[in-house]
This record gives sequence, C-alpha cells and structure tokens, in this order.
Amino acid sequence: MKTSYRDALRAALREALAADARVFLMGEDVGKYGGSYAVSKGLLAEFGPERVRDTPLSELGFVGAGIGAALGGLHPIVEIMTVNFSLLAMDQIVNGAAALRHMSGGQFHVPLVIRMATGAGRQLGAQHSHSFEGWYAHVPGLRVLAPATLADARGMLAPALACPDPVLLFEHVRLYNLEGELAENPEAWRCDIRSAAVRRPGDAVSLIAYGGGVPLSLEAAETLAAEGIDAEVVDLRVLRPLDGETLLASVRRTRRAVVVDEGWKSGSLSAEIVARLMEGAFYDLDAPVARVCSEEVPMPYARPLEDAALPQAHKIAAAARKLVAGT
Amino acid sequence: MNDDSRYAQVISLLQEIAPEVEPEELVRDQPLRRQVDLDSMDWLNFLIGLHRAFGVDIPESDYGRLVTLDDVVGYLRRKAG
Amino acid sequence: MIEFTLPALGADMEQGKLLEWKVKPGDAVARGQVVAVVDTSKAAVDVEIWQAGTVAELLVQPGETVPVGTVLARLRAPGEKVPEGPARRRISPAARQRAAALGVDAESLPGSGPEGAVTLADVERAGAEKPSPAPAPERMPDMRQAIGAAMSRSKREIPHYYLSEPIPMGRAQSWLDAFNAGRALPERLLMAVLPIKAVALALKRFPELNGFYRNGTFEAGSGIHVGVAIALRQGGLVAPALHDAADKPLPALMQALSDLVQRARSASLRSSELSDPTVTVTNLGEQGVESVFGVIYPPQVALVGFGRVSPQPWVEQGVVMPMPVMRATLSADHRVSDGHRGALFLAEVRERLQHPETL
Repeated sequence: MKTSYRDALRAALREALAADARVFLMGEDVGKYGGSYAVSKGLLAEFGPERVRDTPLSELGFVGAGIGAALGGLHPIVEIMTVNFSLLAMDQIVNGAAALRHMSGGQFHVPLVIRMATGAGRQLGAQHSHSFEGWYAHVPGLRVLAPATLADARGMLAPALACPDPVLLFEHVRLYNLEGELAENPEAWRCDIRSAAVRRPGDAVSLIAYGGGVPLSLEAAETLAAEGIDAEVVDLRVLRPLDGETLLASVRRTRRAVVVDEGWKSGSLSAEIVARLMEGAFYDLDAPVARVCSEEVPMPYARPLEDAALPQAHKIAAAARKLVAGT
Repeated sequence: MNDDSRYAQVISLLQEIAPEVEPEELVRDQPLRRQVDLDSMDWLNFLIGLHRAFGVDIPESDYGRLVTLDDVVGYLRRKAG
Repeated sequence: MIEFTLPALGADMEQGKLLEWKVKPGDAVARGQVVAVVDTSKAAVDVEIWQAGTVAELLVQPGETVPVGTVLARLRAPGEKVPEGPARRRISPAARQRAAALGVDAESLPGSGPEGAVTLADVERAGAEKPSPAPAPERMPDMRQAIGAAMSRSKREIPHYYLSEPIPMGRAQSWLDAFNAGRALPERLLMAVLPIKAVALALKRFPELNGFYRNGTFEAGSGIHVGVAIALRQGGLVAPALHDAADKPLPALMQALSDLVQRARSASLRSSELSDPTVTVTNLGEQGVESVFGVIYPPQVALVGFGRVSPQPWVEQGVVMPMPVMRATLSADHRVSDGHRGALFLAEVRERLQHPETL
C-alpha cells in the first residue's frame, strides 16, 4: 500500500482512538484545522470534539491538562506544533510528567504521549525550526522517540500509548511528505520502542542518525557505495533510553563512525553518542569519530543559508570519506 | 686430546668456512683443497682457525706440509701435543 | 624533508625487497649509517644513508618488494621543524591494541588511514607478514638471472678489447715470503692483495680505465674503488668495492679484503660497497687457470684479470731461469680507451709488481 509519513501517523491515531475510549487527541488546531501539518485531518469529524480537542494557545496549560488527564486514568495524545513551542511546556514535562512516578514512589503513572514537529528545512525561521529533542533525551523519566520511516510512523504510537511513562514523539518536518510502500499487515509496522535499527548494512563506516538525518544518511551511503565505501546506516529510533548495544556492535564492526544530528554540536545528543562510543568501543576505533550537525547559529530563514546550516547528504559523505581516506 | 677429537674439531673449523662440507664425504688422505673449494683466503682463515683453536703457530714454510686432513691432524698432534 | 630512496646497488638491480629496518621514526641518523637491509637478487645488503637527519616516517615495510628509486622513508633534515601537530605517530586505538597482541611494532608501520594513521588493517597486514625481518629468499635463480642480464648488456653494448701480459712474480713472491715469515697467521698477507694494490696505483695514471660510461659519456671515478669479484659458496658472485684501494697500506688492504670476503659470504654487504666500484679485479688463478678474459661489469669500463702464479722458464738479460709467472689481462671499453693506453696500463701494473716494497 502506498502511503506517506503523514498518512501513516494519522492511521496510527485513528487506530488508537478507535481501539481505546481512554485515548483522546488535543492541541492547537488539531480539530477544525486538521493539525498544523495536517496529521489529524478528518479525525474531528470521525471521532467528535470530545476525542479531538482544539486548545487555546497555551502549551503550559494544555500539556499540564494532558498530564492531569493521564494521572486521572486517560491516555491523552497531546500535539505541540513544534519543539520550539514545547519550551513553554518544559516545566510541565520535565518537572512534572517526568518526575511524578519517581516522586510518588510509584503511586502515579503519567501515560501521556506528546507528539511534536521538530527540525528545519521548510523555511520556517529560527522560532520554528530547531531540534531540541536532545534536551528531552537528557531527562530521566521520559521516553523519547524519533520515527524516521513509514513503518515507525505507523507503528510507534501503539507501544507509546501502552507505556506507563510519558513518551515524546518527534516528527521531523521534512519527513511528513515522505512517501513509500507500507504493507497492510500490522506485522509490517509492529515495533518496540527500545531498540535502534540498522537501516543499511555496511562494513566501512557507521553513519549513526535519527529522524530527518536517516534519509540523508541513506543518500550519503549510496554516494559512498558508488565510490566503493560500504557504509552502514544506523537509525537510533529511540533517543532515550539509547540503545547502546546496537551502536557499539555496529561501530565495533566498522571501526569508524559519523554521528548525524540536526541539533547543534555543543552539549548535544551527538555528543552523548560520541561519549558512549568512547566508553564502549575506544579500542575498536580506527579513526576519530566524526559529527555532522547543524551550524551553531539560530536556524536561518533564507533557503541557501538554511541549507548551508543543516546537515546534508554531501556533508555526511565527505565526513565519512575523511575517516576512510587512504584505505 | 686424541686424534678423533682433533679430526672432529678440524672438520668443524672447516665447516665454519665451507658450510657445505659433509664430514663423512671427506677422504682423509686426499688433498683437502681438491675436495673442498677453498681459495687462498679460505685457506688462510682455516689456518687462523687452527691457530686459535689449538694454539699452534703455523709458519708459511709449513703450508706445503698441510695437504690432506691426515697431514693437518698429524701436524697438530706434533705441534700442540 | 629528505626522501630516502632505494638505491641501485649495481647495474643489474631493478628492484629490491626490504628485509629489515635498522631505524624507527624518531631516530637520529648519521651520514653513512646503515638504516635498512635490502635483498637484491644477489645479496642481503646493508643500505646506508648519505644524509644526516631524523627519521620521520617509514613508508615501506619489511617484506615489500619495490623498484629502485622508491621512497623508502622520509627524514627531517637537521634543524627542520617538526610539523605542527602531535609528533607522536598516529595509531588508531584498534591498531594499537592489535599490534600489542601480535607483537608488531605499530610505530614503524606505514599508515593507510586518515592523516597517515596506522589502522587495524595495516597492523594485521604486517602481522600476517611476520616474522620480521622478512626471511631472505632463495636467491640463486634470481642471481643467475641478474648476472645474465648484466653480462648480456655488457656484451651487447660494450665493445670490449682484450690484452694479456705475463708478469714475473719472483720479486713479489720473495718479498711476500719475507714479510709473512716473521708474522703470526692473522697478520700475514695473501698474494692476492699485491695485484689489487698494483692495479689501484696504476689506475691513478690511467683514469680512463677507472669510472663509468653512462648516457653516452665517460665519467671518471671520483676515487679508486676496486670491485673484487668474490665467488659465493652457493654459486654466483658479487664484486663489492675496496674503497680507496690505492691509498691503503697492504696490511689495511688485506684486512679490508678479508672483511669484505667474509661479509660477502654472510650476505651483509653495505649498499655503498655494491654501488661504488669504479673498476673490477678478478683473480681466477686460485682455481688453476692461466688467464681470464673477463666481461666488464657495466657501467664500468675496465676489468683486470689475474691467472695463477706458476713456475715457467723465463729469460732475463740473456739468461734462462725458472720464474713464477702470473698472467694479467685487461678487458676494456673501446668507447673510452684504446689498446695503446691499455697496454701501457698493464705494463705499469707489471712494473709496480716488480717493486713490491713500494706497494
């Protein structure tokens, strides 16, 4: 079945709403407008205003309401337009949702799913284009997911809802229009929310990416393959907790790694991954670990500048080439 | 020292100069330099080896008396006791 | 940066196999120091370096066979700054760990990784090629081929002319007997050094027989380095140089010859000894022949041969007398000299041998 990333997300929402009366969706413009990226288009008509709720423009308020609903026994799905705006709700997410199970000695769970768009590439300027998922991946008590494929877009919501802890689901804005084949058999998208996945096997260098970086890395791997460099692409999928074993196994095999992260380098998720590789695979490395991240500037609006600031397939290929140069 | 050990030592000195020498193939009463390819430098080095191992001085005028392996061993027996 | 290249150790050498490095990165080397052992088809040769410096990197590893002229190592000239960045050799963590396990010296390996880093693959390659130093190959067939190539070239390119001259050796023999009589074995001289010295001295007056014919012109030798043909016990021969033979007193020349023969046979000659000879002397008298008409070793221009010393009837001042006689021969390159000069040269050698006390 031909589908898109956006449609796969919607199919997952529809399935969840239909399957469990405790599930409801709320956020800015999710109802009448159909979601700022049109993910929830049609769901209001299908499930009614009780289950698909438009909220005021107050992330702090409606995320807090979602946490309260979860504590009260519901399974809310909260959509935040972009991760930039989620910073307004950060207190609710970090000080509240993430901590409550621990602070209550296990008495309270917060089975909440928060979906948000992240990343740049659509000329939306610095207030709408950043990649702060690494900040949330810093916080114990949260589970952070980054679906990068149609199957994960379709399959990750169900285990996220089943998780007793708050789960953050990051949808990269460049992926919404991603199209491809997805089998109708649920086995095709059934997945866990624990493990990373090797998207392309190779033995010369590991390209470690997530979200929007995965298609770029696959493209870079094709370029490299034409040059005789067989790159492996590892999709993190789960940003917290990180699946260290899969990363280390890949790097121990290829002995070289390029970490691709649309966040800035300094204090980033990529920095954490490099640290994990140093801790677990130092003696397996044949070259320093390289990173391809966003330039350390607020994301520019102008197209050429935005392109220049972002990780690109050619930058990933160049970084990989430097690691295998001479061999 | 008996003659057997003299033969053994002389042959081992010879082998240092000509490693290809097979002791059992040497005919003791036939001219040595016809059996083993020894040029004058090899011969001198062989004599220097005898001089060091047995403590005998071998004047050049005696060279003519050292033709066969038997000659060499007999010479050493007389000179070195 | 100084580039240390594989020298041609003779006209017949096109490539060499590195057997061993005697230095490692960071070592200071002096002019004339032996830095590597290279196997030519003829021998394992201790290769010297002719510029002082500090070894920066070794580019070829033991076991590799490379053409003459290949850069084997790079050195920093005295006073040359160490390039920016860590002076420490780049060895990847994986390579370092594996090298320790295999007992490979990763510091000395050429690196194929980024910025010349030694990688795991480099170490494993070196490990597979151990034992280091690489064993010397069975070289007889190669040596035969090399000699064949050089001699074919000689006969193809060099218009040889040959001269022969009997030399009375009575005076030389008496002088030698007297010299050796009072000396312990290790101090004695062999007759073989007298003709070598006589040739070396005679060449001072016949520079056109001492040097090289290259690229259509003759280059006189910068010294008189007599290549001495030495037969190897396993077959084949080498003709390494006795450097500055004309200037060495006979005992020193004897010692140098003895040392050279021993090292030629134990395959530990130095590169300069193989590349420097300006003329060759061959002495086949030991084997009993009366005379030898040799083939010139290109790019040299002359070869002097000596046959056996044997008693012959000799007429001197109208009287027939028994005389030990040795036949000297000259093979020379007609592009450089003529028979007239060649004859004068042999006469000079003969004269020199009549005054052994002046040699």
